[in-house]
Amino acid sequence: MKVFLMFESDDFAVRKKFPPNGAALKQDLELNTLCNTMASGDEFVFKMAMDAILASLSNDEKTILYRQDILKDSLENFAVVRDIYKIAVEALESRNRHWWFLSTSPTSVLYSSLSSMKELMGFLKQLKMIADENTTRFRSEGFTRFFAMLKKELDDEYFAKVVHQLWELEFHNGVLISAELGNGNKGSHYTLRKQVTEKLGWMQRLLNKKPQGYSFVISSRDESSIRALSELKSEGINHVANALAQSMEHILSFFNMLRTEIAFYVGCLNLYNRLTQMGEPVSFPFPSNPDKRLHAFEGLYDVCLALTMQQKIVGNNLAADSKNLVIITGANKGGKSTFLRSIGLSQLMMQCGMFVPADSFRANICEALFTHFKREEDSAMNSGKLDEELSRMSDIADTITSNSMILFNESFAATNEREGSEIGRQIVNALLEKRIKVFFVTHLYDFAHSYYNKKMENATFLLAERQTDGTRTFKLMEGEPLQTSFGKDLYNKIFVRPDANT
Amino acid sequence: MTFQSISFKDINEKEVLETAVPAFFPDLNLDQITNSIVSGKDEYNLKPFFYTSLNNTGSISYRQEIFKDLENPALFKHINSFAENMRTVRQQLVQTDKLYYKYHRERLFLNIIILYCEALNSLANHLSLVNLTSQGFLSFREYLTGYVQSVPFTSLLAEVRNIIAGLSPIKYNIHIKGLHVQVRDYESESDYSAEVEETFSKFKMGAVKDYSSGFSHPLDMNFVEAKILDGVASLHPGIFLHLDTFCTENHNFQDETITVFDREIQFYIAYLDYIAPLRNAGLKFCYPGVSGSKEIYDYEGFDLALAWKLHHEKSSVVTNDFFLNGKERIMVVSGPNQGGKTTFARTFGQLHFLAGIGCPVPGREAHLFLYNRLFTHFEKEEDIQNLRSKLEDDLVRIYEILSQARPDSIIILNEILTSTTLQDGIFLSKNIMERIVQLDSLCVWVTFIDELASYCEKTVSMVGTVIPENPALRTFKIERKPADGLAYALSVAEK
Repeated sequence: MKVFLMFESDDFAVRKKFPPNGAALKQDLELNTLCNTMASGDEFVFKMAMDAILASLSNDEKTILYRQDILKDSLENFAVVRDIYKIAVEALESRNRHWWFLSTSPTSVLYSSLSSMKELMGFLKQLKMIADENTTRFRSEGFTRFFAMLKKELDDEYFAKVVHQLWELEFHNGVLISAELGNGNKGSHYTLRKQVTEKLGWMQRLLNKKPQGYSFVISSRDESSIRALSELKSEGINHVANALAQSMEHILSFFNMLRTEIAFYVGCLNLYNRLTQMGEPVSFPFPSNPDKRLHAFEGLYDVCLALTMQQKIVGNNLAADSKNLVIITGANKGGKSTFLRSIGLSQLMMQCGMFVPADSFRANICEALFTHFKREEDSAMNSGKLDEELSRMSDIADTITSNSMILFNESFAATNEREGSEIGRQIVNALLEKRIKVFFVTHLYDFAHSYYNKKMENATFLLAERQTDGTRTFKLMEGEPLQTSFGKDLYNKIFVRPDANT
Repeated sequence: MTFQSISFKDINEKEVLETAVPAFFPDLNLDQITNSIVSGKDEYNLKPFFYTSLNNTGSISYRQEIFKDLENPALFKHINSFAENMRTVRQQLVQTDKLYYKYHRERLFLNIIILYCEALNSLANHLSLVNLTSQGFLSFREYLTGYVQSVPFTSLLAEVRNIIAGLSPIKYNIHIKGLHVQVRDYESESDYSAEVEETFSKFKMGAVKDYSSGFSHPLDMNFVEAKILDGVASLHPGIFLHLDTFCTENHNFQDETITVFDREIQFYIAYLDYIAPLRNAGLKFCYPGVSGSKEIYDYEGFDLALAWKLHHEKSSVVTNDFFLNGKERIMVVSGPNQGGKTTFARTFGQLHFLAGIGCPVPGREAHLFLYNRLFTHFEKEEDIQNLRSKLEDDLVRIYEILSQARPDSIIILNEILTSTTLQDGIFLSKNIMERIVQLDSLCVWVTFIDELASYCEKTVSMVGTVIPENPALRTFKIERKPADGLAYALSVAEK
């Protein structure tokens, strides 16, 4: 029995693959903020959300759409999804109630497994009931398959069979053990056998009467023989106890798998609730093949900033289909970094099958996502700032492939503008040659403007907007890079009284 | 060429197997040697073979040839593993005999018979592939090959296999309810654990923990098992009757010739095991010629007991040469105190004794005398019981020796007649010497009395040597040269 709610035909735990630069993505894109909201206090959901997001870069279009459908179902039936999650959690916790002692004798393994199994059967029944009641309300391929599987595998007949089998394992009719003559004619290969309990009429019983074999009774005072007998019984049930305990483990791993995969959707539901409470829009994005170049959206906002500020924030639009290079310049504190982060976050959210924080969104899938953001200066002074930036760039260059995306935030500015621009140009040219999508936030006018002058078809230039009075709208517009970043505004804001503005 | 014994060319020699320790054993330290050789092999009772000298060259070379065959490491290994198997057979017979429940004991008895048959078959097979030259081994191989092909042997094994083939497939059911146990026929009821696995197989994923317990299965049987076994026997009376009858009839299944061989071959194995470390350390052993000729020699010989002790103390061993030509019969050993004289006398005795029981002896090359009796007289403590003075005691013992000795005897005298004046000593010694010369026995005589060294043409002088520059240093070498009258007692005192 498989859950298959994350991949169409694979367990998430088996298929998931994490990128080598996961730690950098976590830090630069503030993934903890996002996952905390998804978790809403459930550590397990936090971990699963983080895993799903980091592992999203290897998903294909089919997987993304498969999950989108399941998520849409979940948004419509959020109570049912939360119930399924709760059942899985409770089933997993139930084990500890029956396995609190340390004895590993077959008898205690058998009795612990029996009581554990009875309880697990209850949880399976609950799942089966949910499937029965909700089949028509779910439309996604994932849930339809999942429910159908529960109904097929866990039908009434099956439960009846299990109940009977568990009853038989209580040995109300004694135990029947087969054995062979081993070394020294001692019994070997003790195996528990099923007792035939046909109900025959007395006539038939009389006719079928078999030779009664050889019977004896152990004296209730013969302690050593009683011990020997229980040892023999113990050896007889050894395999069946193991089989039952292992079956119980398998059922628990089913519940564990269910909890893992459904936790992702529970996280999405939590995030959805929070964003809609704040009045922020979300929409399901349209992913396309990695070798296409699509990137267009309306009202894209930085979900982490919104969650931190707990309020609705300004969204941006972009129409950069068939572009490979987006250079963002303009006013200080004009929302450039926020924009860059929203690009990265929306890409990851889309690729893991979530909705995105935007009114509408479409983009091609990236096979890898890299961030090259400013880092704090190396306190050990092992390397200068530029050195450090270049060495990080070199690490990225070692692993980056075509159809990746890279986000630069004020990179290579730790030297003079001429040199910084030259380094930037060489790196970006190399990346463009490999068909890598580049977003570059920069104050290097020389660098930005040199690309503008080239009038390249696959480049777009965005400016952080500044109104003539110096206030920021945090909106980005297309436009020619400017030679000033309006640092003077900031200077004035801090050093000069606002009314003394020139 | 029928096989009689691996120890004796003529089985009749075995009739006179000596059980008492020969009188000369302590003097020659042969008690130490034999104790070391047989240690760990008590079950074979090998000492009588060391106590019994062979009195004809045929018997000696019979054993020497067997020794030479065993110098082939392959044969040595096969004999050892055969011995190991036979030991297991004996041990298991003892263990099994103690078991209380009949069918349990009898089934284990079958295992022992299989072990025994396999040991014999394996040895026969290995012997057929080894190049043998000794008469002893050749005729044993012939015997063994014939035996393992004989009807009694092959049918023994066949019947055991037959009974096991009858018992092994028996499968039965035990029904336990409370303290009631019922044994009945197995009727292909399904395996419950398989059924449980099948029921829950739909949940099966990766590997999970193994919850099964390990059970130890001791050899002995408890009452419940025994009762169940009785039940099984009552369900299958035929085969269990067969088992019972077979075990009663074949109580003594071992062939006596084979078990005697297994014991006696250990004489050779034990001796070779004993000398192996000495050989590895570079000491030489050889197969001496043995005859009635008194023109004897041994080059690079040594005291085996001393060598064994020194080897274990990681010290080096000094070897000595000797020879007698023509009419020479008596070696008179003199020289410094603690110069190796007694060791030389012992070596001489040991060499003849070992040669006389057919063993390889210390030395590079040797020809030794086939003696009839060996007499030793080493200085003993006074024995208050016999109420005699030391000198008197010495003389009584020497008289006994001389009255029993014959021309084919060997006499070894060590520092006798020291409890009297030199003058008396010389007088008594010359008289005794004259009797020995008359007897024409072989003799080694360790003495301070240099005059004896040149008594007549039959005496040879052997002298313990010292390093000329430093007489206090002993070389422990005994060489043929005239006695120089210096006993170096002084240097011993200085030390």
